[in-house]
Amino acid sequence: MTRQTNTAIRQQCDRIDQLCRQALELSGSAGPLGIMEVCGTHTMCIARSGLSGLLSDNLKLISGPGCPVCVTDQSYIDRALHLAMECEPRPIIATYGDMVRVPGSGGSLAEARASGARVEVVYSADQAVEIALANGDTEVVFLAVGFETTAPGAALAVLRAHNENVPNFSIMTAQKLILPAMEALLSQEDVRIDGFLCPGHVSVIIGWKAYASVAAKYARPCVVAGFDAPQVLASVEAILAQLASGRTESASVYPSVSAEGNARALELLDEVFVASEASWRGLGAIPESGMELREAFGRFDAAVRFGLPDFPSREIPGCRCGDVICGRLHPTGCGLFGSRCTPRRAVGPCMVSSEGACAAAYKYGPHDRGPRQ
Amino acid sequence: MCLAVPTKIETIEGNRGTGVLAGNRITILLDLVPEVKVDDWVLMHAGFAITVLTPEDAKATLDILSEML
Repeated sequence: MTRQTNTAIRQQCDRIDQLCRQALELSGSAGPLGIMEVCGTHTMCIARSGLSGLLSDNLKLISGPGCPVCVTDQSYIDRALHLAMECEPRPIIATYGDMVRVPGSGGSLAEARASGARVEVVYSADQAVEIALANGDTEVVFLAVGFETTAPGAALAVLRAHNENVPNFSIMTAQKLILPAMEALLSQEDVRIDGFLCPGHVSVIIGWKAYASVAAKYARPCVVAGFDAPQVLASVEAILAQLASGRTESASVYPSVSAEGNARALELLDEVFVASEASWRGLGAIPESGMELREAFGRFDAAVRFGLPDFPSREIPGCRCGDVICGRLHPTGCGLFGSRCTPRRAVGPCMVSSEGACAAAYKYGPHDRGPRQ
Repeated sequence: MCLAVPTKIETIEGNRGTGVLAGNRITILLDLVPEVKVDDWVLMHAGFAITVLTPEDAKATLDILSEML
């Protein structure tokens, strides 16, 4: 990959503009075309580089449900808070740092920690097992949140706890699968998605061929990209080149991604988890879009071990994160954006997360002229 | 949470390797990359190496990250 000059980027934008016109002519529809990215790091890259402002008016780049923290349903946060505050003796909650500030109905895990809950930030699922081994008399619950990229780590943690018989370790899973969400997004009538800019690191695990079914079934090109502006532009150009020539395929412009993905990781996911219905913020319940522990590992399910109650999927009053995640609303269209909701005092997860669409729009402001509806 | 960082594997013992990230020596779990060898570059995500990279791809990604962070 070479660093492109501004001139080269402008030339690429001109080609993209030309392809947009050809694609619209072929489809016989009025513009603009919509390309959705479903990766938090892409969201940040597009906002930071101001790409939306460089591209043709015939094309909108739309942020989708790519940030794992943002898509995690409110009911999961409330359950984690219940676990942290109401279960006695209090377990240690081991979580990735991104989750700590996400507000639930009764505050965040950070606030719970200030009130005496035992919340430990870990950088890997394995570290949560280490904490369990070092605190044999205390239950340790790992909050297994994220897409296919983080799920193999959670699977390995469960396998380690199983093999080493670690009785005080369990997980509360909200692992998500990206493909069912992409299909759900396409069923929305009020958001135009002509192609998907597919996530780089999820695709390292699942491989770029995994999107072939969506590309074929829904006639939407799916192209994996890396994480800088030239990569994003290359993916956008590849998507539009397909649309302009009447093709819809899966492909990758990111060299780190293979066609088949990481076979060992996929094996592990299949060994430990089974696909199940999952609740997504904004998208609601989607069949087979989550990962549940297989029966053989059921003793590591924190929900069963602690008899955790179900919580309703409450919306945060005034917060439009659900609409933002689905591409129905640009962050600046939310009444709370920039006033009651800022990165310092965030109301919704899309502002809390460093990869959230609202945080990106707030940080990079006028550069990001995305779709306002 | 999506972020993954290239790291060079300096030692391997069982399923654990070490490397240097931002000046700190770190442990990297290697279960997902059974083919990895000392001196290989890997893409590390949430403590686990998720793929082996060519040195060229590792350098390109490090350049992008240095601009981002």
